[in-house]
Amino acid sequence: MGSEGLPTAPPIPFQDAAKVSLANAQLRRNMGKATRTIRGKRELVVAEMPDWEGLREAGRAIKERTIRHLDRALIQLEASVQQAGGQVHWARDAEEARKIVADVAKSHDVKAVIKVKSLTTDEIGLNAELEAAGIEVTETDLAELIVQLAGDRSSHILVPAIHKNRSEIRELFREKLGAENLSDEPKELARVAREHLRKKFLTTTMAVSGANFAIAETGTVCVVESEGNGRMCLTLPNVLVSVMGIEKVIPEWNDLEVFMQLLPRSSTAERMNPYTSFWTGVTPGDGPQEFHLILLDNGRTRALADPHGRESLYCIRCSACLNICPVYERTGGHAYNSVYPGPIGAILTPLLVGEQNAPSLPYASSLCGACYEVCPVKINIPEILIHLRGKVVRHKQDQEGLRGRLDPEGLAMKLLAWTFREPGRFETAQRLGRIGQWPLVKNGTIEHLPGPVADWSAMRDLVPVPEQSFREWWRTRT
Amino acid sequence: MTTARDQVLERIRSAIRDVPESEQPEDVVVHRNYLVANSDSSRHGIIEQFMERVAEYKAVVRRVNQNELVEAIKDACHSRGMTRLAVPADLPADWPPSGVEILRDPGLTYDQLDHVDGILTGCALAIAQTGTIVLDAGVAQGRRVLTLLPDYHLCVVFADQVVGMVPEAFRALSATSTRPMTFISGPSATSDIELNRVEGVHGPRTLHVLVVDNV
Repeated sequence: MGSEGLPTAPPIPFQDAAKVSLANAQLRRNMGKATRTIRGKRELVVAEMPDWEGLREAGRAIKERTIRHLDRALIQLEASVQQAGGQVHWARDAEEARKIVADVAKSHDVKAVIKVKSLTTDEIGLNAELEAAGIEVTETDLAELIVQLAGDRSSHILVPAIHKNRSEIRELFREKLGAENLSDEPKELARVAREHLRKKFLTTTMAVSGANFAIAETGTVCVVESEGNGRMCLTLPNVLVSVMGIEKVIPEWNDLEVFMQLLPRSSTAERMNPYTSFWTGVTPGDGPQEFHLILLDNGRTRALADPHGRESLYCIRCSACLNICPVYERTGGHAYNSVYPGPIGAILTPLLVGEQNAPSLPYASSLCGACYEVCPVKINIPEILIHLRGKVVRHKQDQEGLRGRLDPEGLAMKLLAWTFREPGRFETAQRLGRIGQWPLVKNGTIEHLPGPVADWSAMRDLVPVPEQSFREWWRTRT
Repeated sequence: MTTARDQVLERIRSAIRDVPESEQPEDVVVHRNYLVANSDSSRHGIIEQFMERVAEYKAVVRRVNQNELVEAIKDACHSRGMTRLAVPADLPADWPPSGVEILRDPGLTYDQLDHVDGILTGCALAIAQTGTIVLDAGVAQGRRVLTLLPDYHLCVVFADQVVGMVPEAFRALSATSTRPMTFISGPSATSDIELNRVEGVHGPRTLHVLVVDNV
């Protein structure tokens, strides 16, 4: 990523960025294959749960309970972590969070850190900051390592290198890690990563992680992973810094019984992921002896202030919505220009940075609703997309003054609203349409509209107004 | 000067000002309409399910009687040609097999643990529904690093330690939830290459589970 993983001004519009991805046939093949595989597996492990709907409802309700009283949950979490020997820091924005991590590193005169895959640290652009301070940063998650070695950007929240296939990864390992005579068997690629990182794990004295959950009641922090790189980072170094968004807190230990069922099945389509670590502050003789927890805002309170968009903060970062999305499957993650791509990114990014800084993302969807159906905490993504589209339009109108209020789309919508308000006006419009449409109708459909709506109709075929409407037919009955 | 803490809390309170002052967190009702235990399964069925699901993760799993346990541990170690085995301090005295050098924690260095042939532990409990083993630094488990650096983990699970479902496990663990805890479901794996699960990355590449009938 760049210095930060969230846009700070309108980037290249999604629709333009997507064209670049769509022209890349290899990328589309890779994305199609990976998302098809995971969709099928997810369906199987969800289907074996007779109580899945109950779990989703409970997960959503626990998140709602926490988010509506977020200040209390965080104050309780802070006290619990401190009680257990951990140190708690608060960060208003990315810069403040990066500085806290860098200061911890400097205070120990650390020259290298190892990292557990963490979206939050990608979001704040941590790696660039540490490297600028002369600290070597090693990503230890296999996919993150691939992305880091390739100097590439993440394209999926769970599997950042989803856009690369096995032979591309083999070439990268040959070139960057000097692994000769390597086949493209995933098992062998994993072995190379194991050998490459083992020494770093054993010798590096500071690690940085994110957090999947933090329990207000006990101060317990949780990291869910597969490879064991997380356990290495959370266990071996003497100093551990975990950066978590303020929305990751949940009230009680027992609430994990819900999320630890929802998350593995929704993300990697497993009954349970290989490794989950839970730790509470500092434990003498076991693991890091200095623990820092950074509570990050960085736009989350902006999302919280929008009562319609607020539920985007329930997200547990499973990526089921990415894998099911017909738009994401075809464009890949890069087109979204944010560390959070896919359907959740299309709502979360504008909510975090303000819709004026990501105005194209609410339109990166066909509104088919598949994301809402698979979301383990039932975030109504399509509804929030529409809500955000409204905000984008209103913002544009405010910015452009009179010209904004006179733009063709806005005027057309106003005219439609006026027409639909009275049955008489509607029927008059139908009659006018019937007369006006004749030059446009070809073989029973309207393929193109003229003038300012030509773009809109380029992708859509319209059904013409019929010779007789239902209401007209009804009146002819005796 | 306002601190970051004050300002973040202030932003939160301002953002949620639509939430009625009188509302308490408990007022947001959480309906727990999900299964917390599988009432229809017998003990036998639960153990069978646990073994089946552990095996699906490509772990090795074997069921033994209590009086076969020591022999089964010995078999497992010898069949791998093991010469050095790490164990936690409080492992039952008769478990470590003869003919193998035993390195007893505490005091083992990372380097020593990186060079042993395996680690032998017990567990806190196990979950049938997901084929998961839970370690909570309790009896016969030791600190977390023990089961992390060696490439082979031999884990003894007593039949009465196996619970049916995930909620049973969290409820049983709540008393010790502030101890360092690890959930292990199969050997180390990754789904990072084309979203297919491949076993064997950074943690132990072989997980061997002995289920002991003690009920």
